[in-house]
Amino acid sequence: MPDELLHLPLIHSILAREKETPGALLPILHAIQQGIGFVPDAAVAEIAHALNLSLAEVRGVISFYHDFRTTPPARHTLRLCRAESCQSRGAEALAAQLRDQLALDDHGTSADGAISLRPVYCLGACACSPALELDGQLHARLTPERLRALVNGCLEGETC
Amino acid sequence: MLKVFIPCDSVARAVGADQVAEAVQREAERRQLAVDIQRTSSRGLYWLEPLLECETAQGRQGFGPVTVHDVPALLDGLAGEAHEHALALGPVEQIPYLKSQQRLLFARAGVTRPLSLDDYRAHGGFAGLEHAVALDGAEVVAAVLDSGLRGRGGAAFPAGIKWRTVRDAGAGQKYVVCNADEGDSGTFADRMLMEGDPFLLIEGMIIAGLAVGADKGYIYVRSEYPDAIRVLDQAFAIARDAGYLGVNVAGSGKAFDLEVRVGAGAYICGEETALLESLEGKRGIVRAKPPLPALQGLFGLPTLVHNVLTLASVPIILAKGAAFYRDFGMGRSLGTMPFQLAGNIRHGGLVERAFGLTLRELVEGYGGGTASGRPLKAAQVGGPLGAWVPPSHFDTPLDYEAFAAMGAMLGHGGVVVADDTLNMASMARFALQFCAEESCGKCTPCRIGSTRGMEVVDRLIASTDFTERHDHALLLRDLCDTMQYGSLCAMGGMTAYPVASALKYFPADFGLTQTEAAQ
Repeated sequence: MPDELLHLPLIHSILAREKETPGALLPILHAIQQGIGFVPDAAVAEIAHALNLSLAEVRGVISFYHDFRTTPPARHTLRLCRAESCQSRGAEALAAQLRDQLALDDHGTSADGAISLRPVYCLGACACSPALELDGQLHARLTPERLRALVNGCLEGETC
Repeated sequence: MLKVFIPCDSVARAVGADQVAEAVQREAERRQLAVDIQRTSSRGLYWLEPLLECETAQGRQGFGPVTVHDVPALLDGLAGEAHEHALALGPVEQIPYLKSQQRLLFARAGVTRPLSLDDYRAHGGFAGLEHAVALDGAEVVAAVLDSGLRGRGGAAFPAGIKWRTVRDAGAGQKYVVCNADEGDSGTFADRMLMEGDPFLLIEGMIIAGLAVGADKGYIYVRSEYPDAIRVLDQAFAIARDAGYLGVNVAGSGKAFDLEVRVGAGAYICGEETALLESLEGKRGIVRAKPPLPALQGLFGLPTLVHNVLTLASVPIILAKGAAFYRDFGMGRSLGTMPFQLAGNIRHGGLVERAFGLTLRELVEGYGGGTASGRPLKAAQVGGPLGAWVPPSHFDTPLDYEAFAAMGAMLGHGGVVVADDTLNMASMARFALQFCAEESCGKCTPCRIGSTRGMEVVDRLIASTDFTERHDHALLLRDLCDTMQYGSLCAMGGMTAYPVASALKYFPADFGLTQTEAAQ
């Protein structure tokens, strides 16, 4: 918690900038997550106070949307598309390969905090399925070899 | 100077377009060859991406799909005007896939640079707005009504009626909201348009705002499309500087401005009322209708909500006339539709054609069958809430009414193709699982039905007893009916489509014999 208090100045400046925006809550949450990497618990009361909402209303919105996270992210995030188009091009086999290679489940984070897996439903690359997003970068026409190379590449960068 | 065109579209970049552009620059420098690399939008011929085009006296010559390793040999050929390379495709606009299309919305795709106002104007941009500014709002609404344009987001509601309702809803604050929460698997036309031709969407929204009396517009873009968000923000700034957004729009004396709002990974926010809730800063919970958003929409005020493609069609209608637009299509499905070929397909990409061509022409003609080369099993048309259509029904024309008549839907025009290795029982289960994960939870058939449906599919697949299987199949069909007729919105209502169609056409995947399935 004390660590979270370090984020208060950023949270306050975002609130000062955005609180008069109509329908400000999502832009505020995005800005906080972009600045800090997640939405810390310390932000909830500040947001509620600034927007004249209840704590439950703010928490309800944070928990409703898949994008918002309340804990720090891993150093790398890999989002493999699992929607129909990618499934028809072998996404499930790629998902199994990832689980095997990293010994994680579909939503898992490695114990050393290096990498998080997250399923995603459509990245708009359906004409070049299967696709994934690694640290915000889109990759399409994946093959098992390419996926392995991408994962190895980002884990190797970790150790050196 | 050698003029080369390489797309900056996010998917072209996901298959290496940036690396190809860098290699062209590097190789050209090494050869002391003057080269002008223009980063355009994508033609939407995705199986050819990265597609490199080169300007010649005979028009643009295409090469693709290009890898970094191909670049040196390509430049040798280009400098010598030979165009004999193995990847040479000839004049790009003569490629049959492209040549046979009727591109109205995507006329500039692959031709212009997304953020160049000059390119946009040089290719017909703002002609519709200029015309609209000279007309009375009621005349603009009449043109949209006359064009027969229907909502492209999936529901296909006549656009002009919405415009008239919002226009007639008094004189106070109103909004135009663009639904760019393109969450359906197999669809990417909205993404292509926002990344590749943002001024077209902006022009459509300005025309809409002026016509219905709204001075503020929002584009709600899903967070999975970061490139579209960045391009739109930049395009707004350029349009503002040029006087197309702001207090006096295009000399009309009226104000209109735009803002991008970013979604947060909730599929349900593609439903218009959930989207409005989300824009208001709330959970994306579906609203009961009435009241219609046209009368009580964003912040309770009259709001025109349309999909990207609907709004982007408007400048064409205003520039070329309602009659021009209405001449495309069949029955009550008028104009053109950008169909999107995806999944296990050889030639995946965007095909803009008038309504009325058959699914077979699209999948087998344009698509060239499966990418794997294995037998084609089915195509899911219209996203995750669309039916799985077996090849025996592929001669159905792509028309809203014809698809509805066979228990399917066109939706947003996405087509996901599957070969015979894809198990339809697991796809039915996936549809229910997706619904369970993404349901907003407001109505019972969707919230509970999706989970119970997964359990029934699991029991059906596991069962070895004839009577039990029969009972499970009956229960699943019954549940589909309950969801279809009892849900508040299309999420629960249409999750029944992929499930019921999988069960109907592919009973063997559920372990059912034809006789069992027929009962």
